[in-house]
Parts: sequence; structure tokens; C-alpha cells
Amino acid sequence: MKVLEKFFNKYEHLFLEGGKYEKWHPAFMALYTFMFTPDATTRKGAHIRDAVDLKRVMFTVVLALIPATLFGMWNVGYQYFTHAQLDFTNMDAFVYGFWKVLPMIVVSYVVGLSIEFYFAVLRGHDVNEGYLVTGLLIPLIMPVTIPLWILAVSVVFAVIIGKEVFGGTGMNIVNPALTARAFAFFAYPTFMSGNEVWIPKPENADAYSGETILGALGQGHHIAYTWKDMFFGTIPGSIGETSVLMILIGAALLLYTRVASWRIMVSGFLGAAIMAFIFNLWGANTLMQFPWWEHLLVGGLAFGVVFMATDPVTAAQTRKGKWIYGFLIGLLAIMIRVFNPAYPEGVMLAILLMNVIAPTIDYYVIQANIKKRMKRLVKQTA
Amino acid sequence: MHKQVKISKGLDINLKGKPALKISQAPRSSKYVVRPTEFYGINPRLSVRVGDHVDAGQPLFYHKYIDKIKFTSPVSGTIEDIIRGERRKILKIVIKADPQDSFKEFKVSDPEQLDKAQILDLLLESGLFATIKQRPYDLIANPEDEPKAIFVSAFDSAPLGVDYSFALKDKMKSFAKGLKALTKLTSGKVYLITDGRKATDFDKMEGVEIIKAFGPHPVGNVSVSVEKFEPISKGDRIWTVNPADVAMIGEFFETGRYNPARNIALAGSKVKEPMYYSIKTGADLSAFLKDKLVDDDVRIISGNVLTGSNITKDQFLNFYDNEVTVIPLGKKPRFMGWLPFIGKNRKGFYKFGFSPKELDLDASLYGEERAFVMNEEYEAVMPLDIYPVHLLKAALLGDVEKMEQLGILEVAPEDFALVDYINSSKIEAQELIRKGLDIMQVEIG
Repeated sequence: MKVLEKFFNKYEHLFLEGGKYEKWHPAFMALYTFMFTPDATTRKGAHIRDAVDLKRVMFTVVLALIPATLFGMWNVGYQYFTHAQLDFTNMDAFVYGFWKVLPMIVVSYVVGLSIEFYFAVLRGHDVNEGYLVTGLLIPLIMPVTIPLWILAVSVVFAVIIGKEVFGGTGMNIVNPALTARAFAFFAYPTFMSGNEVWIPKPENADAYSGETILGALGQGHHIAYTWKDMFFGTIPGSIGETSVLMILIGAALLLYTRVASWRIMVSGFLGAAIMAFIFNLWGANTLMQFPWWEHLLVGGLAFGVVFMATDPVTAAQTRKGKWIYGFLIGLLAIMIRVFNPAYPEGVMLAILLMNVIAPTIDYYVIQANIKKRMKRLVKQTA
Repeated sequence: MHKQVKISKGLDINLKGKPALKISQAPRSSKYVVRPTEFYGINPRLSVRVGDHVDAGQPLFYHKYIDKIKFTSPVSGTIEDIIRGERRKILKIVIKADPQDSFKEFKVSDPEQLDKAQILDLLLESGLFATIKQRPYDLIANPEDEPKAIFVSAFDSAPLGVDYSFALKDKMKSFAKGLKALTKLTSGKVYLITDGRKATDFDKMEGVEIIKAFGPHPVGNVSVSVEKFEPISKGDRIWTVNPADVAMIGEFFETGRYNPARNIALAGSKVKEPMYYSIKTGADLSAFLKDKLVDDDVRIISGNVLTGSNITKDQFLNFYDNEVTVIPLGKKPRFMGWLPFIGKNRKGFYKFGFSPKELDLDASLYGEERAFVMNEEYEAVMPLDIYPVHLLKAALLGDVEKMEQLGILEVAPEDFALVDYINSSKIEAQELIRKGLDIMQVEIG
């Protein structure tokens, strides 16, 4: 550690004002502060500070994503070997999936972080930590068969259009990871939906059906999966979204560390449950008849509500607003799912829509606070 | 029946180095200092020159715009130096103390028998008026204003806060007399905020409204009770006085002397034996602190860890403070200090609220400033009915109308001290609110 510290100290002058690589100071600082939390002490305001900073917050989210990521890797292999009707061990499945998923994660981080560094250097501000989370989220919400170049293009679109044009982490309107998915979904639909994208195509099979549960229900097909499959996640789907159990482990960490808002999670699931229950009563087609509690287990709902809806920047910012925001995400997700079988994945669109509406919700919540204050003022002066 | 105020949002930080309940007399310092910069919102004009001799209670300077407001010497002695900064701004007046104090003698009187104008005159003449601050804007009150109410908070809920029921236990009579004087200054009520968890002598005070406060810090802050009982609207003035200063006002009426001696808490994990000391405001602390600290790698604070001022270099007790806190400085880079759950850097403050173990916190910033991201944190420590993130953003932009609508007139920087502490973006909330209040004052006054 001392060696590393010396190394940084030795070259720091090159990046300081007047140094040879002055322009690259943000990049240098990003690397340095990743290795060492700087020795700065408080200069004004409170003399003591919590040890939490954005790096720690973002890393906590990454930690919370690890169970879903590891399980997703295993599930890729499991789905492949099962559909190819081959014998395999759990280790085989994991190793197979690992080598499928790892390149996606690497591409996502390399492309995304390069752009982040570029913008930081261009604008002379610090590199924000937001992409640490986005970079892992993006591969987890993609089908495993997506060509890496589509992934890369989606990342470029998401980081530039979804975030940097607004001023970077903290300023963006919509969730960058979902922006990436939405971009890929509408630009390259054949790679993003259908029966064959969720499982790597077995070489020995001419035709196989790897459709997702929602896809099957949308077609009016019956499904062969039990609720246990759905809960534990041994079903086809985007890499990280299938196992509700693993997502809940992540959710527990996020709630314990107070990184994510429990209000959004609770109201999100509540909204989805109520909507699905209403559809159950209606029961006009297979998707409507699908039991409301199983609706909560399939598709990207759990993943979306736990990891994407709770993004503090794009969510509603007031406590009351969070209840409304989360509830509507759940509600809309199921509604889109049921009413439009062409987009069986309603969560993505529901969250993106609510991201856009969130500031309006906040506006009315805050306006109520302002009105109360103004009313008091009028009463006093009258 | 006492009034009550209860909050659940907030945070008690359980710090190491709580002062023991015993008092010792600090030796008389050879030097005392009065810093005009401590009196927020005034423009000082000097009444003394270097070499002059002053008695305790004799004016050193006055407020240029309201020349009735005078600031007086805490001790008798000779003006040794007047130190100026940029643009000849007066930074401090250094007084070399006489071995024995001689006092400027004022009339001994019972505030009961005096009217408002007489009390104000005495307070202004003796320099005691400077102890009265006003809301909104959190600065020195204007004697021409008619305050809607006066609040005294005898509950210091901040980390390592002063236990006023102990620090003032021998001065309860003076305290009662000081309260009497305050009741004459307002046509409204005088409120006394006390710790709801225990019965103290404060509960027996007469002629005032007693508020029992329950909940985590910042429940002892005046703003919390003001919001509940006397909400501030445009044009309203609320005055606030610290309980030690109330006792000092009472003493002044009893003795006819301005004598800012008080029992301060010397607290913090870097203090060998944290306890209370009797000392005068403005006292040079360097000799006093020398053998009382564990080592030199410290941050010395006049006041508490959340709102106090850094006096590591310039060790004088501030006018408004009843506490000196010494904590580790913690100036060192930390290898991957951002990793959660690992190593000594782990403070466990992910979870807000009760922390059973005493914490030894240092003055490290633990990160770099970022944009607002984790908005949930801010609300969790804000018991007032305002939206902290939105107010801070309005203050950042200097948007007068928005700030007013969002309630900036109801807050003081100290109400955002926990936001400073908790937020992961390292936003300097107290500073932003101070700037916002300054803008408001210029714009609407």
C-alpha cells in the first residue's frame, strides 16, 4: 500500500495545474480516489462526517447485484444444457454461463467508463461513480445471446443521451440502464424478444422453444413451470431477472444499508399485486387469468422494482411522492404486460414512463407544502 | 401541564468523550479575545485603540448601523492588539488581562421593577444584548423589533452536548431572574425547551411556557419548537437566547456587573479527562488545554462537533459557545476507504438511529463532493416540515422566491448540521443555508 501511495505521489505533479497532463487530472483523480480515500478533513460545516460516500453507496448496490449475477450465470448454463438435453453438473452450468456473461459485463464497463472518463476530462469535473452500478445493470437486463456490438451501441446511447447530456450522475431524468435496454429493444427488436434469444442456441437442435413465461402466456400457451421455478429462477429470461430469491437477497442488503427506498419497493409490489388481482377478477385471457402472486414472480418486475425503480436520481424525491411513484410503476407494469402482449415486458416501460412523471409528482407534493405555508401567512396578515 | 414536542426524524450520534459531571476552576488566562466576526450580521466600529485600558463590561466596539448595540470586554485589561484582515476588516481584539478584574459598575436592579425600555437600555449598554439572536436569518437581534416570542433551549441534544441542568445548577436563581427580564422584552410568550427524559430544575421555572422535548437530535434546536408553537411568517421576529446567557443576564441584574464566566464542557475522545470547567468567554485556551489532551493530532472545536468552529490554530473560546470539543484529526489517506463493512473505516452509519457503541469519530471528510444523489438521507434527519433537498437546491441557485416558499425563513444553519454529517454527496448544507439566508436578508430584510 505504501508503494502504491508513493507511486501516486510521485506522478501527481504531472496532473496538477501546470503539469504536463493537467487536462487528465480528473482521470488521475478517479484512479487515485478509487485506491485511496483522500486525506481531506472538514473545512466548514459539521466537523464529523459519516464515512459513507457515493463510491460506497454505488459499491453497495453492486454487492447487492452479485447474487443475481452469479445465479444468472449459472442459469444461462442450466437453460442451455437442459434444452440441449445434455448431462451436466452445476459447475458445468456455471462455467458455461460465466464465459457467456463475463464478456458482456466487460464490454459494458469498458465502453461506459471510457465515455464517463472522456466527459470528465472534457468538462474538467470529477468522474462520477454512477456508472459502477449502471455498468452491471445493463448486461443483467439483456438476453444472453445479444451480440456484443449491440450491447456496446446501447451503452453508448444510454450514457450519452441518457445521462451526460443532462450533466452526468445526479442530473439525469431517466434511468440510464433502462435507456440502454429500451434503445436495444426498439432498435434491434429481433435480438431482444422472441423465443430464441433467451437461451444460447444448442448446436444439436434445429428447433427449440426457449420462450419466457410471459411470452408463452401472451401467445395463450400453457406453461410448464411451477411457482418454485419462478421463485428460484430456473426459467428463461434476461440474465439477472429470473431469480426472485436472489433479487430479494440483494433487496435485503439495500434496505439494511438504507441505500434504496423501502417505500418504493413496497408500493411497487403493492401496485403490481393490486393490478394483477383486478385482472384475475376480470379474467378475459390467459395473461389475466395468471394468478396475481405469480405475476409478481415472473418477468422483470422484481428486478425492476428492487434495482431500477429505486434509483434515487430518477425516482420521486419526496416521501409521499415515492409511494405514488412506486405504486404506479407496479400498476402500469402489469397493465402493459396484460394489455399489450407485444410488449410482455411492461416493467421497463413503466419505470421509464414514471421516471419522466416523477418530477411532476414531486411538484404537486411540494406545492401542497408551499400552499400550507402560504395559507398560514395569509391568515397571519389578515 | 407542560407543552410537548416529539420528533422521530433525526439522529443521535453517540460519541466517545462525554464530560463527567464535575466542575473545576480553569486558571485565569493572560489573554482574552473578542472577535467581531462571531457576531453574525454586524458591522463593527471600534471604540478603543491599542494601549487603552478597559474595565470588564466597557465597550470595545459597536454596530455601525444600530450604534446602540455595543460589544464589551469580558475582562479588565489593556488592549494589546487589533488584528485586521483583508480590506482592514477587524478580525480580533486582543486584551491583555489584569491580574484582578475591575468592573464597570451598572445599577443593581430587579427586572421585575423595570419596564421594557429600561431593561433594553441596560442590556445594550452592558453588551449583553449581543447574546440575543433572532429568527429568521439567525443573527443578532435588532432592539427596535418587537419579538413575537422568545425561545430558550436548555436542551443541548447535539452529540456531546452540554448538560445545562448541571452546568447551571448553582446559577438557577440567576437563571430565573434572567428569564424574568426576557419576559419583559416581548408581548408574547417566553418558551423554555427542556429535556423530556428527565426532571430538572428548569421544570420549576415560572412565568414561562415549558416545552418538554422528546426524540433524537435536533429536537433541542429552537426551530423544532418554533415550528410547532410559534411558526414564523414573513415579518415575524423570534428571539433566541442560550440558557448560559440567560443566567448571565440574571447575574448582571443581581450584581450590576458584566461577567461572562460560565461552566463549559470540555469533551471529546482526545481529552484525557472530559469534564466541566469554569471559564470566561474569549479566554485564551492554549495554556489551559496543553496538558489536557491525549496528543497533538487533533481538531479543537469551540462548540459542538456539528456546528462549532475550528479553533485548532487560534485557541480562544467563542462568545456563544459553552463547550470545547477535541476530536482526532484523521488526516490520512485510506486504502480503498470506500469499501463497506471492512476495516476500521466502517462506522456502521448506513443505519440511522441508535448506535449502542460509543464512536470515536475524526474530522476526516471521507470522500469528495458530488451532485445530490441519495435524497432519502436528507429527509431522514430533517424533522421540520420542509423539503431539505429542494430547499438546498433553491439556496444553491439563490432563488429568493423558491427559498421563501420552501420555508427558509423557518430554519437556521444548525438545523442542517445533521445533513452535513449524513449526506453521501458531501454537500455543505449549513454553508448553503447560511448563504441562502444572507441572500434573503438582502432581498427582503
